[in-house]
Amino acid sequence: MTVHQTLPGDETSPAYNYAYLDEQTKRMIRRALLKAVAVPGYQVPFGSREMPLARGWGTGGIQVTAAIIGPQDTLKVIDQGADDTTNAVSIRRFFQRTAGVATTEATMDATIIQTRHRIPETPLTEGQILVYQVPIPEPLRFLEPRETETRKMHELEEYGLMHVKLYEDIARHGQIATSYAYPVKVEGHYVMDPSPIPKFDNPKLSGNPATQLFGAGREQRIYALPPWTDVVSLDFDDHPFETSKAPHDCDLCGAKDSYLDEVITDDEGGRMFVCSDTDFCAGRRAEGHEGRLGGDQKSSKTFANSFEGIWPATAGAR
Amino acid sequence: MYVAVKGGEAAILATHERVAEARRGDAAVPEISVAQIREQQALACARVMNEGSLYDADLAALALKQAQGDVIEAAFLMRAYRTTLPRFGSSEPVDTAQMAIRRRVSATYKDLPGGQVLGPTYDYTHRLFDFALMDEGAPSVMVGPDPTISGREGASSTTAAGDARVEPEHDGLHAPLDARMPRVPDILGAEGLMEPEVAPEGDPRPFDLTREPVSFPADRDVRLQAMARGDEGFLLGLGYSVQRGFGGNHPFVGEIRVGEVSVEFVPEELGFAVDLGEITLTECQMVNQFAGSKDVPPQFTRGYGLAFGHSERKAMSMSLVDRALKAREFGEAAEYPAQQDEFVLYHSDNVEAAGFVEHLKLPHYVDFQGELELIRRIRREREARLAAEPETLPEAAE
Repeated sequence: MTVHQTLPGDETSPAYNYAYLDEQTKRMIRRALLKAVAVPGYQVPFGSREMPLARGWGTGGIQVTAAIIGPQDTLKVIDQGADDTTNAVSIRRFFQRTAGVATTEATMDATIIQTRHRIPETPLTEGQILVYQVPIPEPLRFLEPRETETRKMHELEEYGLMHVKLYEDIARHGQIATSYAYPVKVEGHYVMDPSPIPKFDNPKLSGNPATQLFGAGREQRIYALPPWTDVVSLDFDDHPFETSKAPHDCDLCGAKDSYLDEVITDDEGGRMFVCSDTDFCAGRRAEGHEGRLGGDQKSSKTFANSFEGIWPATAGAR
Repeated sequence: MYVAVKGGEAAILATHERVAEARRGDAAVPEISVAQIREQQALACARVMNEGSLYDADLAALALKQAQGDVIEAAFLMRAYRTTLPRFGSSEPVDTAQMAIRRRVSATYKDLPGGQVLGPTYDYTHRLFDFALMDEGAPSVMVGPDPTISGREGASSTTAAGDARVEPEHDGLHAPLDARMPRVPDILGAEGLMEPEVAPEGDPRPFDLTREPVSFPADRDVRLQAMARGDEGFLLGLGYSVQRGFGGNHPFVGEIRVGEVSVEFVPEELGFAVDLGEITLTECQMVNQFAGSKDVPPQFTRGYGLAFGHSERKAMSMSLVDRALKAREFGEAAEYPAQQDEFVLYHSDNVEAAGFVEHLKLPHYVDFQGELELIRRIRREREARLAAEPETLPEAAE
């Protein structure tokens, strides 16, 4: 499918509109986005469309991006922090084909960044838009399965159940046992699910100069954090919120303060830790930083881009 | 030396080639055509049209071909195409009372105006393989005057003894059907025994769940729409659960009818109805008991199912669940899944469900890393705590 593909028997009209969605749908989504930005953290219902990518694979984020993208934009798509994970590649290709948009892997060059499960390590700037793919937008869903009830709880700011859950975690485990999708309170009102980002990323939600838009396609919800919104991770005075990451440095670039992926290197307990943000890691290595294994490693990015390399390399690792 | 590999564009392109190969199968076997699927796999096409929410048998056949016969994947292709189509307007309501009947059965009356019309159905077939179908071009033993179980050999003999099968009365079979074929619930309704169907106040335009977000409690137009595109298997299971006691209804099949209905549209500039063509529909109306309440005398209540194409199982399941979902309107306790609109509507859509279940294939290592750190920390702290505790507890009795 490309934008230029025409319907059989019709040589003139393109089969699909710019960025796939029709203009009426885009207007509907933009209205929902405006409302979401006006009421930070509030989940705005919207008429989510069927998309040519599967539900649960980022259709909410894709619809938001499709509604805001234009020919002048530069798009970056990441999944788990990486530009080269399969679904990120797939979504990036989708917009290249349907919107003919310029793409980049450099965080600072992008005007729109669509993300799944991470906030880039490189600080965002004013004018940038971060679009999150959200699987379950309702932070109270696993405490109360009924939407009719949870909407009422948000209306009444009835968040006692959430605090009880966090308290029970502390009673049982000595700490709050939530490591991702850690609930936050927005501007002192709505409790919001930041999507399944690691809680390591939670502090970046608050006071961020970029606009943060959240799209949940299957669940038909959009919500937003406008620039400089105050976002607080839920905690208790005697058990303050803490971020967490693997207690290592990146084995490729040596970064001490980035979120790490753990990679199993053999079946004898061998492992290495590498930045989950591939652009950040590659950038540091280009500047000459080197980690424990940095010297004799290829970058994951150049490696992944050569298909021939994948199988022999993993086989050779054994 | 290990290198962290995460994916790659080339690998994705390669999977597209692999799937094209897998779809084609052995190149020595002739390729199946879309027209063959449309004509010879019509029930699969009907299911794809239902769950894809688009009445187009050619596209349904194409979707099945492209999806290697995976019905949910095919429905997904239909949906992703349908959503991009412009809307010219809404048709006039179709009138199933005017249906050109192919099949019409009632379980509540032995005979009724118009009679029982069996039409094409597998209901009375024995589920024995018809090996004659293995040979292309050979007539099926299911039709014709002399079928025998032994199949191919039997098919050549016209005088096999002991064939209990009655020769169809060809004259009767092709006799014209009665012009009048009233719907069974209408017959009951004339006596006041059937819950009447009344349009909501002002007869508003029905909700369109493909354009607007659903909210709860959901009205009946929303529920019926969601079930019409819902997964046949899911609705079948829910309907079955109602019959087995996870729901309080005791249904009878008032009527099932299958046939062609014409679709009319009133263009604004013309102001009168124009016939757009015919669609095949299956309609099922279940008759259920209702004890009545203070304000309403005892009467029968309706469960309604409507599906594209010949889709009896789907229409029946839908009508069971439709009745179960009316629990709130009738003041019945909604204790079971089939009676709860949030449960049914949120989980009946197989395109959404498949997407979300299958998204678990996507990488989750960022979140999993968080869980790894957490569980390691909790275990470390637990070990430290246990080590610090002196063994003050008395040993268990020897």
